[in-house]
Amino acid sequence: MTPAVRPAGLRAGWLAGGIAAVLVALVAGLAFGSVALPPAGVAIELLNLVPGVHLHSGLSPREVAILTELRLPRVVLGLLVGGLLALAGAAYQGVFRNPLADPHLLGVAAGAGLGVTLVISLRAGATGDATANLPIGVPAAAFAGALLAVGLTWLLGAAGGRDRSPATLILAGVAVSSFLAAGQTYLMQQHVETLREVYSWLLGRLATAGWHDVLIVLPYAVVTAVIVLSQRRELDVLTVGDEEATSLGLHPQRSRYLLIVAASLGTAAAVSVSGLIGFVGIIVPHTMRLLAGPSYRSVLPLSVLFGGAFLALADLLARTAGGQAEIPIGVITAFFGAPFFIVVLRRGRGGAS
Amino acid sequence: MSDPAIKVQDLRVRLDGTRIVDGVDLDVSRGEWVTVIGPNGAGKSTALRAIGGLLPFTGTVELNGTPVDRLHRRERAKTIATVTQSPTVPPAMHVLDYALLGRTPYVPPLGRESATDLAAVEEVLESLDVARFAGRRLETLSGGERQRVFLARALAQGAGILLLDEPTSALDIGHQQEVLELIDRLRAERALTVLTTMHDLTTAGEYADRMVLLAEGTVVAAGTAREVLTEENLARHYRVRVRVIEGDHGPLVVPVRA
Repeated sequence: MTPAVRPAGLRAGWLAGGIAAVLVALVAGLAFGSVALPPAGVAIELLNLVPGVHLHSGLSPREVAILTELRLPRVVLGLLVGGLLALAGAAYQGVFRNPLADPHLLGVAAGAGLGVTLVISLRAGATGDATANLPIGVPAAAFAGALLAVGLTWLLGAAGGRDRSPATLILAGVAVSSFLAAGQTYLMQQHVETLREVYSWLLGRLATAGWHDVLIVLPYAVVTAVIVLSQRRELDVLTVGDEEATSLGLHPQRSRYLLIVAASLGTAAAVSVSGLIGFVGIIVPHTMRLLAGPSYRSVLPLSVLFGGAFLALADLLARTAGGQAEIPIGVITAFFGAPFFIVVLRRGRGGAS
Repeated sequence: MSDPAIKVQDLRVRLDGTRIVDGVDLDVSRGEWVTVIGPNGAGKSTALRAIGGLLPFTGTVELNGTPVDRLHRRERAKTIATVTQSPTVPPAMHVLDYALLGRTPYVPPLGRESATDLAAVEEVLESLDVARFAGRRLETLSGGERQRVFLARALAQGAGILLLDEPTSALDIGHQQEVLELIDRLRAERALTVLTTMHDLTTAGEYADRMVLLAEGTVVAAGTAREVLTEENLARHYRVRVRVIEGDHGPLVVPVRA
């Protein structure tokens, strides 16, 4: 008799773990900061946000205001941005069948960054005000830049012809990144008055987040998540190669275009509100693969949940670990991400990834 | 008699501007095993890929009487299954999950595998004697075991036509014989039509009902093994000196030094 082997997929235990991680990050992110709030009271206030629920949390009106007007939008933004970046990273890894693909290494983030810088600079030139809320057009400009970048990277990476290796694509991504970053630097030099704003945005920040930013990113997050998650089984089929996928009745190129557009849209939205936050797209999906198996049916949803929790907690660290001054969140994720990246590289060389 | 399982007329394929397949005609009856042989670069694999709908071509390819380009992709996948020469082995994927990918044309968009799909795959794994590997990672299996899992994935498609590109090229002679016997058994049990390419001429001749010799993209000889595997044919198209000896199951081709 053969022992029962279950098909790959999202396990209920892992799903519950992901939801728990999000809740822990939510409560911790709300409770800790320059003013500490009791976690139990925070949890009760969260329940009070549900319509029809009125419980006594013991928090003062001022504390409730800190909670709902300052901290909650910031933590929610962290959850959204982290989930989006991790989901986009996982999607790129599947589409390019490349364990190193990630919004940053592919140049997508740099493209989105160039788009945002362009809008900030032009707007400052027009209104003389560089500190107002980000205009609604920012994600669109970021999206255009992101698609331009991923298109360039793909074309350059394909120039290697059939001998294309994972390294070719990443090298192309690095070249495209540098090129677009040069364009961005030039723009910044030309518009010195916006230097401060662009620079603080560049390092990655959730600091100025209000509900405005959450509302900007939310529609993009929903569209990206729906499209990418709908392709989870297709991504599993693509791992056997385009020819086999075709013989199994798929249209690999169509799935690939759809996923690239969706992942780039998500990256662009994340970059336009939070700047360049690296490594989330590579740490989170790989951890999920190692822990819960390689199937995209489990990697994609878990990346959303754990990616969100990871970034919300990284943001907590960013605003509490540095004393008075906030540490840019991009610095925190890079601090954890770079060593992790080396681990992934070593595993990739061993044949398994 | 009903339509042949595969009917190919004037098949032409160009890759990067080069004519690889240049006017091939080929019929395979239902339940028949036809093997395509030919020197390297003759266009064997390319012809097979075109027949499987994996490459654009001109000419006509009909499967059970329907032109392949008029079948919807999913319908095509339920009609014809292909095992390529060296299939990609996805990292860390379990044998069961790999075989389940064969059910892709039956899984509705956004849906998941049904109990029927799982049962079909378990039956196929059982029949190929790889069910005990179901929970193993594909990359940990030996060459012969992997080849059987590749076959399992193709059989799980439930297609009546099986295209096999060099199914034994990665195997030692013991495992070659084992895999070919297995294919022959499955062909009888499941009434499959088999079209393969092969390099080993003697083995190819022993298992095929008919053979097709391809050279420079065209059919230069076709018929039974005895008709195709002649010293003249092989000398002309392979540029090789061979002795062809009568064996129990067909001609034995022995290369001899010039």
